[in-house]
Amino acid sequence: MLRIVRDLLRTNWEFAAGTLLLLGVLVLALLSFLSPYSPIDVYVVPPDMPPSGEYLLGTTSRGQDLFWQLTAALRNTLLFGIVVAAVSRVIALLVGLFAGYLGGGGDRLLMLFNDTFIVLPIFPILVLFYFVMRDQMSTFMLALVMACLGWAYDARLIRAVAMSVKAREFTTHSVFAGMTPTEIVLREHLPYVVPLLFSTTMNNINWSIGLEVTLAVLGFTDVNTPSIGGLIYWANQHTALVSGIWWWLAFPVVALVALFVGLFLLAISMNEYIDPRSRLARLGGGT
Amino acid sequence: MSAVLSAQGLRAYYRVQAFGVTREVRAVDDVTLAVGQNEIYGIAGESSSGKSSLIKTLARAIRPPLEVVGGSVTYDFGDGPQDLYAMAPDRLAAIRWRNLSYIMQGSMSVLNPVRRIRRAFADFARPHMEGSRAEYEERVEAHLAHLQLSPSVLDAFPHELSGGMRQRVTIALATVCRPRFIIADEPTTALDVIVQKDVLAMLRRIQQEMASSMLFVTHDMAVHAHLTDRLGIIYAGRLVEEGATRDVFRTPLHPYTSHLIASLPRIGDVAPKQGLPGRPPNLADPPPGCRFHPRCPLAIPVCREQSPPLEALAPGHRVACPVASRMPQAA
Amino acid sequence: MSASLPTEQAPALAAEPEAGARRGGGSYGAYLGKRLLQFVAVVFIGINITYAITHATPIDPVEQTISAATSFGSTSPEAIATMREALRALYGTGGNPVGQYFAFWRRVAVGDFGPSLSAFPTPVSVLIGRALPWTAGLLLVSTSLSWALGNLLGGLAGYYRRSVSLKAAGILAMAVHPIPYYITAFVLLILFGYVWPVLPISDAYDPGMVPAFTPAFLLSLAQHAALPVLSLVLAGLGGWFMGMRSLVSNIVSEDYTLYAELAGVKPRKILWSYVMRNAVAPQVTGLAMSLGAIFNGAIITEQVFGYPGVGSLLVAAVHSGDYSLVIGVTTVSIVAVSAAVLLVDVLYPLIDPRVRAG
Repeated sequence: MLRIVRDLLRTNWEFAAGTLLLLGVLVLALLSFLSPYSPIDVYVVPPDMPPSGEYLLGTTSRGQDLFWQLTAALRNTLLFGIVVAAVSRVIALLVGLFAGYLGGGGDRLLMLFNDTFIVLPIFPILVLFYFVMRDQMSTFMLALVMACLGWAYDARLIRAVAMSVKAREFTTHSVFAGMTPTEIVLREHLPYVVPLLFSTTMNNINWSIGLEVTLAVLGFTDVNTPSIGGLIYWANQHTALVSGIWWWLAFPVVALVALFVGLFLLAISMNEYIDPRSRLARLGGGT
Repeated sequence: MSAVLSAQGLRAYYRVQAFGVTREVRAVDDVTLAVGQNEIYGIAGESSSGKSSLIKTLARAIRPPLEVVGGSVTYDFGDGPQDLYAMAPDRLAAIRWRNLSYIMQGSMSVLNPVRRIRRAFADFARPHMEGSRAEYEERVEAHLAHLQLSPSVLDAFPHELSGGMRQRVTIALATVCRPRFIIADEPTTALDVIVQKDVLAMLRRIQQEMASSMLFVTHDMAVHAHLTDRLGIIYAGRLVEEGATRDVFRTPLHPYTSHLIASLPRIGDVAPKQGLPGRPPNLADPPPGCRFHPRCPLAIPVCREQSPPLEALAPGHRVACPVASRMPQAA
Repeated sequence: MSASLPTEQAPALAAEPEAGARRGGGSYGAYLGKRLLQFVAVVFIGINITYAITHATPIDPVEQTISAATSFGSTSPEAIATMREALRALYGTGGNPVGQYFAFWRRVAVGDFGPSLSAFPTPVSVLIGRALPWTAGLLLVSTSLSWALGNLLGGLAGYYRRSVSLKAAGILAMAVHPIPYYITAFVLLILFGYVWPVLPISDAYDPGMVPAFTPAFLLSLAQHAALPVLSLVLAGLGGWFMGMRSLVSNIVSEDYTLYAELAGVKPRKILWSYVMRNAVAPQVTGLAMSLGAIFNGAIITEQVFGYPGVGSLLVAAVHSGDYSLVIGVTTVSIVAVSAAVLLVDVLYPLIDPRVRAG
């Protein structure tokens, strides 16, 4: 396993770049635990100071040290993404594996249900949710709701793998050996899905964070716990652009782009590695 | 009678480089053969013997990592020999389909799934057929009718036809320009026996009518017995025996050939069939000397050391086997 | 041998009853039925989710809305009473649950969401009706552009693997692709709004103009649409590019492509009629699947550029506490996207004839 990672790092620039970017963001997020200020405190430092030796990334109009705010924001944003990814993986796995294994009417029913969530426009629904819940809505609740809405695309991918695995002989053997469908699905088929799970997680994190940032920028989330979107929201509220406090906007955006591009590069390099044809093409064989 | 196709010392290898390790798979290793006019030449051999690579090389249908590393392929369609690999691209495009056509293995997916059959004819055959559009359409429909295909087949999509129909359409497509040379790669392998018989009969009839030459590849020895005039046996990328089909079947000289023929079931024959021990060799690292020697019941020490050359032991009957060469030939 | 041919052939031909004839072709109806069922399922489940959300909290949103409205001052008691009644009837907390549920559906079916609070007494449906065409227009233009351009470039990149310019285009597309719609729109806003102000950054046309079919008006329309369209196209291009490129790289080694090469068909013809033509079909399916996400992106982008579509309407509605408008927009969005998906599904068999046979 470690050898695979090492080989990927050497031959696949996308994987290397993605890992580097992601590590950078992770380090920043972990640094948040060393912050001398509590992230929700305001007016603890002089406001509107440009980046300098004392305040690495400058300070905001709300009197916060941008560097430490950013680390806390990254930590919260990442946690959010991970929670959504984890919960939606479980749903996607259950739906995908069982649909792939059951086939026939059960599969058709599950896919009808599944495709509904692919078609539904999620943003208006989330906005409505915020509108109704208002101050009651915590970030965690939002994460759960998004997880329940964003599993469908990946469930289809998993189902495809499940269908191909079902057609193989060892499945028939398992049936004859008396294993129940649940046992077969979880013990025999699940390992085949793990690589796919890994690469779809990256995309899912990108998606959920992207949506959360968008909601936060519009003020539709809990804007008092720091998050990247929240930083941009407050910057807009204080008309940072017009006031010339460009660093308040620039650094969060740069961090965000680094996170997204890093996850994205990892996702595509993982996908390429999983598909044997593309792996071969990279080695110089194939077409 | 000059040869329509002549391959001389042809060598084509797969060359792969992965993580600093270079590998060479010798798919076609020093093959020399010739196909005359009005002749069906069969190529027999088991899977992974290199016969697919051989005909792809003979048709110049190869792509990296497979490349020609030695020898030549020469065609003569009546106006002098031309080296296939030295040809300019436009010359090559001109001879394709008009003089040299190809019936591919697996009729399942050789036709564009999103367009009607009519378009395939327009793309493949029209550029080579002179005359007005009406004349062209007449010729195509006449050709189809001649092969007992209804002209309505032209308006169909490939998935609307059965496997046998598709294969027949492919044959019609490959022969409508009346090419001098047809390469057929396992055209009947995916078909059931009844349809197979039809298709073979169709092929034989067309070949006779057009007096063209055909290179017919299949692992099925029964088909070879039924259809071909001459037969070449390929083992591990090399030609090990070649002769008139009748001669090869009556007096097989190479032990591998004997085994292939003996494996054919005969009505009334109740003797148990024996498989050959061992497996086909790894073409990236073939055995030294004769490539068949690890599995050969007649191997002698020289088989391990020298790669035996093809020798004519009877008129038109060549074999690459030192044991066969030393045996007295029955007339 | 040849004398016996006719009779030998006869049994085989008889075994294939459609010799020369075609089979399949009648199951387009079945395909259509399935797509219709999907449409109904999405609308049904979506609107049920909407309804469920409106009842998700014990705090009465109707009262919240009313109190927010009255706090703005100068609303007559009659207006408040009508408001309360309308809101209650639509998704309120009065009456029995089952009755509420059916009343809700009845209202949705006719598109009656009651009056808008922020623009009282204009009905919500009128507001949405004014905004929807702008969103639809924006979506149509930008989706067609990004889909067509992305597929074209991606297809060429997959076919001409060695082209440097295509590789560069690929890297550019991949760089912008993962960035969320909002950020892309935001960056463009800063670039063209502040750094290099050559394009307008809000409204759908010059506020001083009267809508007419004059060249001046159309020019203003185009100028104002330029940035939102550019933002959406940039955001979506990468996805299509990558998908098409990988599809084409696989199709290039398919049997029918190789066969056409063996027949000496011109490379350009192979590129278009064999490779691109087959790669486009899955991309159409992909389009249907992405319409929901593209819609999301469009309404977010509208908000950034103040484009008077459904997105700006939605955000403004939330900020002014206009409950009916929010529900209206949500419901209409669900139906509109589902209908668009259905449309694409219905047109799909034109691209891929295999589906006609079911």
